[in-house]
Amino acid sequence: MGVRRETMVNALLLAGLLAVPLWALWADEPFTITLATRVAILALAGVGLNLALGTGGLVSFGHAVFFGIGGYAMGILAFHAQNYTPLIEAFSIPGTRSMPVIWAVAVLASALAALAIGALSLRTSGVYFIMITLAFGQMFYYFTISWPAYGGEDGMSIYLRNNFPGVNTLVPFNFFAISYTLLAAVLLLVGRLMRAPFGLALSAARQNETRLRAVGIDPYRLRLTAFTLSGAITGLSGALYADLNRFVSPSMFSWQTSGEIMIFVILGGVGRLFGPVAGAALFILLEHFLGGISEYWHIFLGALLLGVVLFARGGLIGLLAGREVAHD
Amino acid sequence: MTEPVNGSVRAPVLEVRGLTKAFGALVASKDISLDLRAGEIHALIGPNGAGKSTLIAQIAGELMPDRGEVRLDGQEVTGWSTAARTRAGLARTFQISSLAMEMTVLQNAVLGALGARGKVMRFFAPALGDRALVERAMAALEAVGLQDLAALRTAELSHGQRRQLEVAVALTLAPRAFLMDEPMAGLSASGSRRLMSFLDGLRERAPILLIEHDMDAVFALADRISVLVNGEVIATGSAARIRGDARVQEAYLGEEACAGAGGEGRGEAAP
Repeated sequence: MGVRRETMVNALLLAGLLAVPLWALWADEPFTITLATRVAILALAGVGLNLALGTGGLVSFGHAVFFGIGGYAMGILAFHAQNYTPLIEAFSIPGTRSMPVIWAVAVLASALAALAIGALSLRTSGVYFIMITLAFGQMFYYFTISWPAYGGEDGMSIYLRNNFPGVNTLVPFNFFAISYTLLAAVLLLVGRLMRAPFGLALSAARQNETRLRAVGIDPYRLRLTAFTLSGAITGLSGALYADLNRFVSPSMFSWQTSGEIMIFVILGGVGRLFGPVAGAALFILLEHFLGGISEYWHIFLGALLLGVVLFARGGLIGLLAGREVAHD
Repeated sequence: MTEPVNGSVRAPVLEVRGLTKAFGALVASKDISLDLRAGEIHALIGPNGAGKSTLIAQIAGELMPDRGEVRLDGQEVTGWSTAARTRAGLARTFQISSLAMEMTVLQNAVLGALGARGKVMRFFAPALGDRALVERAMAALEAVGLQDLAALRTAELSHGQRRQLEVAVALTLAPRAFLMDEPMAGLSASGSRRLMSFLDGLRERAPILLIEHDMDAVFALADRISVLVNGEVIATGSAARIRGDARVQEAYLGEEACAGAGGEGRGEAAP
């Protein structure tokens, strides 16, 4: 069972996430397509965090920073493009409405931020690490609130979705397909990374740091690299999320956002490759159905989270696929 | 500084000179000097609280001495991190098994092989698909007799098997010197005998600094023995010399260990 069962659960999740919007396309239910798109994008944010939290054991309570930077990368670039104002006056560099360019900027900017934040935070561990990452998140949050150039507290709207070469992104299913493809590609890459020498050593750093040092490997560089990659992935998801809503605001940087990304990971299964996919899907389903019953649906979410933490540490994937089995 | 290399005295691979470490008023290491020469097993014994763990921690790089130096292959490594010392050729095993418990036995050994090779920043090709890594890991597992358990989760190993895996991981590093902290601890009599005969052959590959409570093992295996009491090395010499040393008897060994041994003077000489 083991590996093969988890692979099957993963394949079913991926197929399900594609089947729902396909059905919605046929049944002409565009809102369902939007929900599926949210799942794909938020799952991507979770995949990023899971690399740091699950594989690396780095409990970051500040991943909203990277989500927000991705979002603002999109917002700022598109804002200048739609207003025909140069992004950087001195060199008359224009904004852009091209998704690939926006993604590249989002990934680069959030990777740089993660590198800087990681370089400082990774000198601590445990509760201090959690607190420092949280503090960085709050810094960015209050900075965007008090930065009037890009909407301040109100955030800013982008009137049209950005462009992707050869695709009409205004069609909901097309944008879903773009998000879904990116999610699948990142899952493939992260899956490989987890089995590669880097992933093996990173996982050893989580399980037993003393052991890792005793085979001649310093954990710091591994963790910093993992944290940087993790931030870059969450940054990409932030850019997509902003494009989905055509809106960015400081709330992308809030600690609640960090918490939600963490909830995807925990609900789905910490350290499991497809955990955030399952977690984000469950979260959106709960939000949609329970949110319809009561606006206090978070009470149910809290109870569920409590249940998972107390009784099902492997999360949804753990329930469906059993305990994690070492690869190969 | 080092002794001349000639037929009778082999050059030290690991050298500790004047190592001193105090915790407040407690001096845990008092001007300790000892060396480990190619081809030998040098046992370090001493009663509980003698400062063995503190000494090991300083040699391994987990604790910085107040004074003194540690040399590996003639190079001073006193300020180096544990990982750097390991890369320079010092492999240690732990008193309490220290392994990645969620990984398989093979993965733990591959981790060692990976550390020995040093190219950790590889992101795409699976580690277990790398033949050179896996062969090196499997060779080490075979050497300790764990090859049939390679696919098992480490957490499922028995205590004795974990000790064997510790040794296997150290083997994958192909070190210049081994630092073994009570490798026999908690082993069954037969397990202990197997490990002893294994260590007996291992000294030719790389010398072993052996901390061990099992006196039978120490006297059977060690080429030289150093006795640590209250943070001080009170004697260094062959098994016979140590058995006969009056101060050692007084400080450490029981009546039975002394029985039958001749009353030679305390030995500081090379074997």
